[in-house]
Amino acid sequence: MTDATAEAREIDRSQMTVSDEVAIEIRNMNKWYGTFHVLRDINLTVNRGERIVICGPSGSGKSTLIRCINALEEHQQGSITVDGTLLSNDLKNIDKIRSEVGMVFQHFNLFPHLTILENCTLAPIWVRKTPKKEAEETAMYFLNKVKIPEQADKYPGQLSGGQQQRVAIARSLCMRPRIMLFDEPTSALDPEMIKEVLDTMIQLAEEGMTMLCVTHEMGFARQVANRVIFMDAGQIVEQNEPEEFFNNPQSDRTKLFLSQILGH
Amino acid sequence: MSDTHAESALATAFVRKDMLPEREPPVAEKGAVKWLRENLFSSVLNSILTVLSVFVIYWVLSHVLGWIFYGIWDADSLTQCREIRDERYGEGMEVACWAVLTDRWDQLTFGFYPSELYWRPVLALILFLGAIAPVLYAELPRKLLAFTAASPFILYWLLWGGSIWGPIAVAAGFIIAWLVFKTAVPIIGQLGAIIATVVVPILYWMFLAGPLAGVIDGILPIGIEYVPSDDFGGFMLAFVIGIAGIILSLPLGVVLALGRQSDLFIINKFSVIFIEVIRGVPLIVWLFTASLLLNYFLPPGTNFDLMLRVIIMVTLFSSAYIAEVVRGGLAALPRGQYEGADSLGLDYWQSMRLIILPQALKISIPGIVSTFIGLFKDTTLVVFIGLLDPIGFSNAIRASTDWNGVYWELFIFIGLCFFISCYSMSRYSQYLERKLRTDHR
Repeated sequence: MTDATAEAREIDRSQMTVSDEVAIEIRNMNKWYGTFHVLRDINLTVNRGERIVICGPSGSGKSTLIRCINALEEHQQGSITVDGTLLSNDLKNIDKIRSEVGMVFQHFNLFPHLTILENCTLAPIWVRKTPKKEAEETAMYFLNKVKIPEQADKYPGQLSGGQQQRVAIARSLCMRPRIMLFDEPTSALDPEMIKEVLDTMIQLAEEGMTMLCVTHEMGFARQVANRVIFMDAGQIVEQNEPEEFFNNPQSDRTKLFLSQILGH
Repeated sequence: MSDTHAESALATAFVRKDMLPEREPPVAEKGAVKWLRENLFSSVLNSILTVLSVFVIYWVLSHVLGWIFYGIWDADSLTQCREIRDERYGEGMEVACWAVLTDRWDQLTFGFYPSELYWRPVLALILFLGAIAPVLYAELPRKLLAFTAASPFILYWLLWGGSIWGPIAVAAGFIIAWLVFKTAVPIIGQLGAIIATVVVPILYWMFLAGPLAGVIDGILPIGIEYVPSDDFGGFMLAFVIGIAGIILSLPLGVVLALGRQSDLFIINKFSVIFIEVIRGVPLIVWLFTASLLLNYFLPPGTNFDLMLRVIIMVTLFSSAYIAEVVRGGLAALPRGQYEGADSLGLDYWQSMRLIILPQALKISIPGIVSTFIGLFKDTTLVVFIGLLDPIGFSNAIRASTDWNGVYWELFIFIGLCFFISCYSMSRYSQYLERKLRTDHR
């Protein structure tokens, strides 16, 4: 695992305060794929400004969990409340939550037929009804922030993986989300490019964004997270502050997992 | 090359000090020489085949070219044609008798359309090219699309003539559909609104549009001479059916493809059944249905134009194919594209229109154009239900005493016209594919 970020820079934790306000509240949530019970009795409260890293073996349901939060996956039991809005089957309600919650995918999911700038302005223009000029200014602001303003007129296919993922982050930010979900954002990247994406995410954390991040970047978890959640077999097995989680894991399953991913 | 790096005794240790510059490939590996060597003379056998092929091509061309270019253009009948030939080239030389085309040109192009009104189809063709241009070439100003939207009604009026209020009353149906959709969505929801948007205008067209146009025409008669569909023929008929079918079947096919992917049970099943039934029966059966059987189902006394029926059948038929082609395009898109659009909060129609369809249609271009080309050529099938398309006319021309015995000239000409049309579509689709390619540039 890349631990390079740890020594790379000092993290400014001054903005990274957690408020008492609840951003996401998940109660007794269960999900099945057919008869397969993927998520079992998930209870999770995320406060505004919290950075949570979710890890676990593949097939443990961690991606499914965060995809339930913006209704990319339907849950069958329990409740999810995002920003005070209860997630229901109503399409309007779902679209509203999705426009407040940014999501970054493993495979970027940029729109290849649109330029970088158009990728970033599309949702603000059509969902938020922002005037085109204003949307473009916002997009350039965030493209500056992820350090690729010069690529604005190119197409996604012309960019490297790391650049594409940074564009994907900028695209989400253009909607001014209050919560960001990251679904293994660095897993599809070459090792050289992981750092540039992690740096962007650290920068976001420093600005106080509420983040839920499925990742195996343990260096990132140590530095940025204020809670690490370990999932296995569709349930939350252990959660703790990063120091405690890594240095003093309680459950055997966690110990095994950590020894496997940190053991080389 | 400089060999500055030390020849070390240890063969595995190596450090490159100078990067190698780029070099041209050897002469034999580039340009015309390479092409000739690789494609024509790569082995003894290939060299022999090349020489043989050149000989065969020469032999065929030496006969065919003479037949084509020594052809006779001015004669009133085949007999006269042969007299001119013998007089000009002596006995025994076979040349084409293109005079059949010049003699029967009007019929081949316009059918029995009144000759003093030929300007109308010609103007219609010019207007059509103007209307289609902004659709084909995105560089043209978008405002021209307003004319494109109005053009079907203008073109219909130009071709068939009659009162102007007829086309206007039909056009009003689309405005009604739009109004129904806008007002119905908040009241009865998406599904109900879609159904109402389809049903209300159809009822309007069936019962209200005709009388309405009649009443207005009684008050304010504006119109040009009416030409019945029976007078349509030749290439004009083929083009009207083909173009109308192509233009109408694309949107219908896209809607059917989306319907087949829909989670809404009724819409999904309706699309599946429609596609499978229409596609599973030969076009010729549908054409016979249109020309014969439909009369039994329509209320007695309704005069539902045969050509219109054929256009509807051809449209439905190819829209089923288009739907499947577009479904292939939709299925080829990675799930991530749907999820990317969803995660940004775009609603269904927005994500379809802005993200999914532009990409799915781009993937489907070759299949769509294939379907269009198939449709265009299938317009020749209308000869079997008594419409006089170019093939129908060629039969009629050969049955006349003047031109009995002319085969090649007519079929070569008709084939050439279809080939030019279809090849243009193919070339355009290749241009479009190149233009829309945004990856790996």
